[in-house]
Amino acid sequence: MEALFAAVVGTLTACGLFLMLRGRTFPVIVGLTLLSYAVNLFLFSMGGLNTHAAPVIGESLSPSDPLPQALVLTAIVIGFAMTAFMVILAIRARSELGNDHVDGKQGDEEPPR
Amino acid sequence: MSLLWILLAPVAGSLLPLLAAQRGRLLLTLTALVPPLLALLLLGLTLPDLLAGDMPHVQLSWMPALGLDLALRLDGLGLLFALLILGLGSLIIVYAGYYLHRDEADARFLAYLLLFMGAMLGIVLADNLLLLWLFWELTGLASFLLIGFWSKLSDARRGARMSLVVTSTGGLALLAGILLIGQEVGSLALGDVLSAGDTLRASPHYPLIVALVLLGAFAKSAQFPLHFWLPHAMAAPTPVSAFLHSATMVKAGVFLLARLTPALGDTSLWALSLSLIGLATLLYGAWFALFERDLKGILAFSTISHLGLITLLLGLGSPLAIAAALLHVLNHALFKAALFMSAGIIDHETGTRDLGHLGGLARAMPLTATLTLMAAAAMAGLPPFNGFLSKELLLAATLDSRLFGGLGAAVTLLVGLAALLSVGYSLRLAYGVFFGRHRSDAPLPHDPPRGMLAPGLLLAGLCLLVGLLPMTLAAPLVTLASQAVQGNATPALDLALWHGPSLPLAISLIAVLGGLLAAMRQPQLARLVALFPRRDARWLFEAAVIRLTKASLWLTLKLENGSLQRYLALLLLTAVAMAGLGLSQVERLTGERGVQPLDGMLVLGAALMVFGAIGSALSHRWRLVSLLMLSVVGLSVALTFVRFSAPDLALTQLSVEVVSMILLMLALFFLPQRPPPWVSTRRILRDLLVAGLCGLVVASLNYALLTRESQSIADFFLRESVPGGGGTNVVNVILVDFRGFDTFGEITVLTLAGLATYKLLNRMKLFMPAGNVEGIHWSRHRHPMILAVIAQILLPLALLVSAYIFLRGHNQPGGGFIAGLITAVALLLQYLARGYDWTRQRLPLSYPLVAVSGLAIATATGLASWLFGYPFLTSTFGHFQLPLIGEIELASALLFDLGVYLAVVGATLMILVNLGRVTTVHRPSIEEEN
Repeated sequence: MEALFAAVVGTLTACGLFLMLRGRTFPVIVGLTLLSYAVNLFLFSMGGLNTHAAPVIGESLSPSDPLPQALVLTAIVIGFAMTAFMVILAIRARSELGNDHVDGKQGDEEPPR
Repeated sequence: MSLLWILLAPVAGSLLPLLAAQRGRLLLTLTALVPPLLALLLLGLTLPDLLAGDMPHVQLSWMPALGLDLALRLDGLGLLFALLILGLGSLIIVYAGYYLHRDEADARFLAYLLLFMGAMLGIVLADNLLLLWLFWELTGLASFLLIGFWSKLSDARRGARMSLVVTSTGGLALLAGILLIGQEVGSLALGDVLSAGDTLRASPHYPLIVALVLLGAFAKSAQFPLHFWLPHAMAAPTPVSAFLHSATMVKAGVFLLARLTPALGDTSLWALSLSLIGLATLLYGAWFALFERDLKGILAFSTISHLGLITLLLGLGSPLAIAAALLHVLNHALFKAALFMSAGIIDHETGTRDLGHLGGLARAMPLTATLTLMAAAAMAGLPPFNGFLSKELLLAATLDSRLFGGLGAAVTLLVGLAALLSVGYSLRLAYGVFFGRHRSDAPLPHDPPRGMLAPGLLLAGLCLLVGLLPMTLAAPLVTLASQAVQGNATPALDLALWHGPSLPLAISLIAVLGGLLAAMRQPQLARLVALFPRRDARWLFEAAVIRLTKASLWLTLKLENGSLQRYLALLLLTAVAMAGLGLSQVERLTGERGVQPLDGMLVLGAALMVFGAIGSALSHRWRLVSLLMLSVVGLSVALTFVRFSAPDLALTQLSVEVVSMILLMLALFFLPQRPPPWVSTRRILRDLLVAGLCGLVVASLNYALLTRESQSIADFFLRESVPGGGGTNVVNVILVDFRGFDTFGEITVLTLAGLATYKLLNRMKLFMPAGNVEGIHWSRHRHPMILAVIAQILLPLALLVSAYIFLRGHNQPGGGFIAGLITAVALLLQYLARGYDWTRQRLPLSYPLVAVSGLAIATATGLASWLFGYPFLTSTFGHFQLPLIGEIELASALLFDLGVYLAVVGATLMILVNLGRVTTVHRPSIEEEN
């Protein structure tokens, strides 16, 4: 199970980073979201992968670690705020520059070397 | 404690001149004189202790972890230098009052000068090597400001920069040396270091320590071949040269050598490095001083030469030589400061410092001539002036020394040659300015005001007095200083002008005659010298600086070519390399805890997520498809949280997912509809490789961590949640209570992000298509009936759910974050179904205000605990009996959670409603026609 979990996190990371390496703003935002899923899962898993162990007193005999959950909860919300900021930035950049390339340059897809 | 005040007086006093800036020159000078005179007075008060054999000492703990204490000591060596710094400093302040033009920023100048004085005092009083280094660097900075005071002149800027670069590079070497010393000795306190000489000399790092310390000292004291900055520092105003380059800054290097002699000296490495470099510097400076045309240039090279002399004496290392070195520190300061002042007067009165344009001024400026002749005679080492005493001691010490073995005679001869040259350039300076014929068309100048002459005359008088009465005026001070350096080995000084016929006297006599000849034949010698090409080290230095700048520019351009994609790829590769390096240290990937079994649901969930992620990556050019694939992953993540016992996370993830999707859909509307062109396959392969590597490393890391036992602080939270926080939902208690301060920061960020998007959307030029990429217009039904009806029915239910989730949050999964998101989604649905205007009329809320008031409530809750004398955000709870409802538990954390709730609602709606409004208000015309 751990191997599968790790593989999924790795796949999400790889796909997220691949998207972030694209030259257009929208895939970058999608990639960032994907990467933040991966990071959240990674952080969350640091409390261990336990079933039927919600960290509510009286609900389970051996509750799992609540701290990573608290951290990830705020991370999800902040992640949303940051995504929103990126989205608006991308829209603004397109309206100012006339294109949606991350470097603000239209034209050749190869970056200048 | 008075030691501290000696140091603080000039440092704090450096502000005084700035206060008196507008009150006229006289008052300004008097104000600036207060700190050094006060410090001198305090120094005088500590003198009885010092003479009684005590060592005044003060120690304040500063950064004990670094071994840095604010520790000061006053011993004989410190006293000698402190007297020079404060005494000469006061004279320079008087002199500067006449030197600077009326319209110059003299207050600033005096402030720099006092700052420099304080830094210099710090060096000589420091009882901790790190503290000493700190002041060492401070003198560098202050001297940079002083040398570059006339910042309009390019020469001043260059000179200041060069001196800063050279001396502070040396300073870095010195720091390394000091840290090595600290490592060997185990302490940086001066007392410990000085008594650990044997340990240091026996250490394998000894040669390295000596090399580093000498590099620092030689750069500061302008020893060959690091001397080249000093002549260019002459671009400074003359009072600066008189202070920094005669008595203080350049002497810091020799001070350090003398200071560390007990710890590092007494080995052949030390002795030979010092004496050979010193000898080379002595000759080099004297030779080039003979061919300078600029008055201050002559003085600069002469200073280099005399600093070499002191270094040579310290290198010879015999008790007499060390005492002679300290005597010469005093003598050189006296005559060189006087000469610099005289050069400044001549420059001031005639407008030139070029020997080619000067001459015959003795009649016009009798007092200046007297002063200059006296000081120049001291510099030449003629009796009955003080320079003669130290020159005789140098010759005697060289003759006595066994250091050079068979080469001893040759070294003596070279020292004699240097003495000859010094007679030559001194004569040339004095004769060239004051005798011969007047070589300029300008009218004859006259002596400057008495106040400008007085300091120089006083110093020249001292040169004579010390020469005449050395045992009274110099010997006690020098003996004290020498005791600080070599303890009981201090020789009984017998200073006198006449010791009867001796070999040194004979050499001196020859040197004087030879010097006369050299001065007379100087033009012929100069022609001879001109045959050889001479490269100023300045050009080498500047070429090196330019090459270095070009190299770093090249490197920067290689790394920063303007492509964000490339930066990201470089960053990722670096991260992979670092993490990979860490992983390679791990013995086995699978840890001791082992793995849990799989089941079908897990495999299905994993397959869904992998499908979504890969699908989203593959379809990145078709934005809508990519987005839908992303939402598959997002929902699966929420399910993962459910499966692995995190109900709060699942709720949050689910509601954030909804909000995010609406946001991204809206964003699609503003971004280009057409898929971007295909990029080269090579790029795709490169990115796949980079991303794949990262994924592999992250997966390995996660697997390795998951299969290992870890220490957790979970027990504390689980134990304290109910008794300490009054809630059974530990995650929520952590958020609003234990780690409330973090949450507070996070809602602040959330609100800020919302406000920032609010501003970014202001006055934006919009690209809004009237239809999709195939040219089909958007739907004519702006607000579908069914959606509108359902949304309206759902609203009260959703608000009820959100209130329920909010209230139960402390004990059951839920809380402010989740409730806020649910409320936001419910309200958003109204905007979606009915449009901005319709909703706005019925819900006239200002969302920035909502978010900010949420923040305000959270802050107020935190501050309220201050009222009761508890730290910020301390929470409390109690059980109350309410009519009809029964017993209810209320926690102050609930109020804090309300703040969180409002901030989340406000920020989320601020972002989405604004973006949505932009689409509806300015809908393209095709919509408006309906």
